[in-house]
Amino acid sequence: MFNLIAVVLLFAVGIYCLLATYNLIRVLIGIEIMIKAVTLLVIFCGYQTNNLALAQAFVITVIVIEVVIMTVAVGVVVGIHRHNNTLDARNIRKLKG
Amino acid sequence: MLELFILGLLVAAAIWTVMTRSLLRSAIGLALASAILTIIMFRMDANLAAVFELSVCAGLIPVLFISVISLTHPWTFKEAIEIMKVRLARFWGLPLVVVILGTALGLVSLKFKPQLPVAQTPGPDVRFILWHLRQLDLLGQITIIFTGVFAVIILFRERK
Repeated sequence: MFNLIAVVLLFAVGIYCLLATYNLIRVLIGIEIMIKAVTLLVIFCGYQTNNLALAQAFVITVIVIEVVIMTVAVGVVVGIHRHNNTLDARNIRKLKG
Repeated sequence: MLELFILGLLVAAAIWTVMTRSLLRSAIGLALASAILTIIMFRMDANLAAVFELSVCAGLIPVLFISVISLTHPWTFKEAIEIMKVRLARFWGLPLVVVILGTALGLVSLKFKPQLPVAQTPGPDVRFILWHLRQLDLLGQITIIFTGVFAVIILFRERK
């Protein structure tokens, strides 16, 4: 039961980070924390339902997708910094409108 | 009791990751959270996923973040102090939200009993599932890795 509470709290921390920050790197860190919550939930469900092997297979897939997403997102962040010389999301207005 | 302590540590590491001023410390906090999650996975006998979590999420991803922090210009001390004042105004609510939400969920969970369908037998090994039952997942993983590689090549290509 405590695992489920920890999952909700972790997800809430990630969402709070997404909502409260303007720094693009910190936004990615918030997404990472939310993915960790999902990973914990999948493993916990697998453990509870006696399907841990299948849960592990899903978690491995999630981790691979997570790494690729982060790599591409980090590349986008570096590109934005080169173009705008800032990581503040409020200053990125070239795509506005 | 130990389980509760480790879960609390995980949430505390996540809060520290979000609230700390330095981005470098944030990246380190993320690695710490991944390492604690690895301990939880090991305790639940999810050894293969735990190894992946430790090597990739606690090793590779913080390195990626540290690389991008070093590629971008860090703040000066004066800028960091100014930003810290603004950040404190935005982030003071996070521990409060976590404590209130945790207490509320703790009270609700006393009445809530999740009914999950439990398998009678443990099922096949994770390696058998990956290589024989869910081969399309592996194909998808390979595809997404190549997509990521091409995306990075396009993002970092030199302009003529």
